[in-house]
Amino acid sequence: MMALCSNPRLLSTVRGAVESLAEMLGFPAAQRRSITRAVDEALSNIVRHSYGNRFDQPITLYFRRARRRRGNCVERGLEIVLCDRGPAIDPNKLRRRSLDELRPGGLGLHFIHEAMDTVEFTRKGARNRLRLVKYFAPTSTAL
Amino acid sequence: MQIQARHLDTTTIFDVSGDIDFANSPEVRQALLREIRESHTARVIVNLGQVRYIDSSGVASLVEGLKASRDLGSRFILIGLSISAREVLQLSRLIKVFEIYDNEEQALAT
Repeated sequence: MMALCSNPRLLSTVRGAVESLAEMLGFPAAQRRSITRAVDEALSNIVRHSYGNRFDQPITLYFRRARRRRGNCVERGLEIVLCDRGPAIDPNKLRRRSLDELRPGGLGLHFIHEAMDTVEFTRKGARNRLRLVKYFAPTSTAL
Repeated sequence: MQIQARHLDTTTIFDVSGDIDFANSPEVRQALLREIRESHTARVIVNLGQVRYIDSSGVASLVEGLKASRDLGSRFILIGLSISAREVLQLSRLIKVFEIYDNEEQALAT
């Protein structure tokens, strides 16, 4: 678990921690970068949209090993849950924008969805909860 | 993150170092746009050789620099992209929108 305030200056510290965790779990370099990018973008979105650029608000990240069964295969991975206490987010605003037009902004959600196998947003009580999961390539249980 | 501008004839070169993220991308955006609009140089080169990480707000700043350059008839060139920087431009389908070279010599020779 990692608890921090919504100060963007902490983003680099979180990126370092996530990258190290993904490396320790055995993710290859490209996936380590994409997982780190997804968490970084999710945090930036919390600061910008959930907290309206207030830099003293609480954010909590939870990390745990993930596991799911698919047919004869078991997939293992990393689950990351980001929680904030901002107002409820309109789910319609969590859609990716089209990349066909050349304009700044709106790419963060696209990066998150491209990086992660699961992206789930829920509202629980007074908390927004974003659950991100990345699985390794599947391994057969017969081995 | 640090950003510094150099001038070579009709070219402005920005040397950027460190990570470009939500904390400092407004600084990058401001430096690029101010220089592009005030100097009106024919060619703007952004040297990202010392940049390890760029987030979506950093990409947005580069897009704004590109659009401002196009509006003024200048070229906007990126050099020295790290693997991570190249990845985000590919993910955002911008890799073919920007003029990209490996290094300063190649960019200046064009």
